[in-house]
Amino acid sequence: MTTEERTNGYKSGSNLEKVLRAGHFAVTGELGPPQNADPEHILEKAKLLVGAVDAVNITDNQTAVVRMSSIASGVLAIGEGLEPIVQMTCRDRNRLAIQADLLGAHALGMRNLLCLTGDHNVFGNHPTAKNVHDLDSVQLIRMVKDLRDEGKFQCGDDIKGARPAFFIGAASNPFGDPFEYRPYRLAKKVAAGVDFIQTQLIYDIPRFREFMQKVVEMGLHEKVHIMAGVGPLKSSGMARYMRDQVPGMIVQDEYVDRMKAAIAGIPKEEKDARRDAWRQMGIQICIEQIQEIREIEGVAGVHIMAVEWEAAVQPIVEGAGMLPRPAVE
Amino acid sequence: MIVGEQKPLDEIMDLLGEARKVLVAGCGTCVTVCFAGGEKEVGILASELRMKSKLGGHPMEVDEVTVQRQCEWEYIDPLAERLDDYDVILSLACGIGVQAMNEHFPDAITMPGLNTTFLGLPEEQGVWEERCQACGDCVLGITGGICPVARCSKQLLNGPCGGSQNGVCEIDPDVPCAWQLIWERAEKLGTVEKLLEIQPPKDWSTSRDGGPRKIVREDLRLADAE
Repeated sequence: MTTEERTNGYKSGSNLEKVLRAGHFAVTGELGPPQNADPEHILEKAKLLVGAVDAVNITDNQTAVVRMSSIASGVLAIGEGLEPIVQMTCRDRNRLAIQADLLGAHALGMRNLLCLTGDHNVFGNHPTAKNVHDLDSVQLIRMVKDLRDEGKFQCGDDIKGARPAFFIGAASNPFGDPFEYRPYRLAKKVAAGVDFIQTQLIYDIPRFREFMQKVVEMGLHEKVHIMAGVGPLKSSGMARYMRDQVPGMIVQDEYVDRMKAAIAGIPKEEKDARRDAWRQMGIQICIEQIQEIREIEGVAGVHIMAVEWEAAVQPIVEGAGMLPRPAVE
Repeated sequence: MIVGEQKPLDEIMDLLGEARKVLVAGCGTCVTVCFAGGEKEVGILASELRMKSKLGGHPMEVDEVTVQRQCEWEYIDPLAERLDDYDVILSLACGIGVQAMNEHFPDAITMPGLNTTFLGLPEEQGVWEERCQACGDCVLGITGGICPVARCSKQLLNGPCGGSQNGVCEIDPDVPCAWQLIWERAEKLGTVEKLLEIQPPKDWSTSRDGGPRKIVREDLRLADAE
């Protein structure tokens, strides 16, 4: 029996795959595991996201800082009724470790996998660590596809028994350089067998539109579900930081200015009032961005990154008119 | 060439420990060219050691020597007769030279005075950059002569990660993005098509991951060595 027969014609049978294949505008969120062993942390965040998203990314030692493992956190999320998208970077594991973890992840009920290069370890809390990069993200995608569709390990050996079947995701940064190469890099991921793409956070919508135009010209949007990355700004300081400090990020001054204007007239001492005003504006901008992005040809959904602000996701999804989330059988 | 950099003086003093008679041994090849371990640097370091040890109240006797290549037996053989005189040999050669000395003269103790940093070239006077990781399976033919194994911080073989911005790597604005360079070169050469092919997982067994490496050329071996 092929994997598709076992999963009713689906590649993995995940909720995200079903929603996207049914043609719904999909919504995913993000959940960062704690830097400790406390399951409550995951359970609390999961509660904020259930029903608001179709699936949730669970980061893998995000920003190269040690956290609870993505797969272990995913088990906890499933327990709360939240479908995980396991993130897997090439930074910390070689091909043996990745495949071993994928066998385990499938056995534990994970069905979505996001294949990433990984932030460089010099940024994290173990900058003296040895990094791995045995594979790159394109090679990882192909390996995961071969595990699922060919029933073969990367070395070529047959998997005797159940195959790990994942709906395969990858990232794309429309704003990285060289800009002209970005659509081709995406094409490579498509050729390697990726099923869905989540983009880097988008604040520069005109440039994203330019990127998508090329993607549509190349016909890539018909081969892969492209989800646009969005995220609410928390404060004008964060807007400035994202604009000036984060590699691969372009934030237009307009957003920095609107965030600044949100607290006009509120005295500095009224911290709560300022925070609320900022957050309200952040959510409002995010809703507007989703509405604008939704109109761009080739965009199949949004990936909402509300880092350490999971409570923002529900009002954003609701504000953008994307509730209730579809149930596809 | 092999590029090296002198260890901090305090670390060198620690390595020398109680030694009272030291031979500082330079190498006339790579580390001379990168101003780290040639005759001139041997002279400077030897003076520093004399002064520092004198100030510390336990003066060292420090001699100097520089051989043409510390990594070949025939060049270091002549040192044999004088090594007995020293408590420690402080080698300013690369790690290969230090090991050659220890291997060839097991009764003497040879300590490293340099950190061997990388295989690279002088980008300009006083600036050296890494160019090769000696991975044992050269990909330069695919990447327009720019090595992503040595020059991409993540050793990516299928294009740049999301951290490439304005031509530089996310780890440091002074590090050029190897894939930006590879892309620009491919555009210039009209070989962009080549970059669109998926490069399969690399065979790292030819690199250090396969264990220490060795080349045996039977055509070059001497009959009595077999």
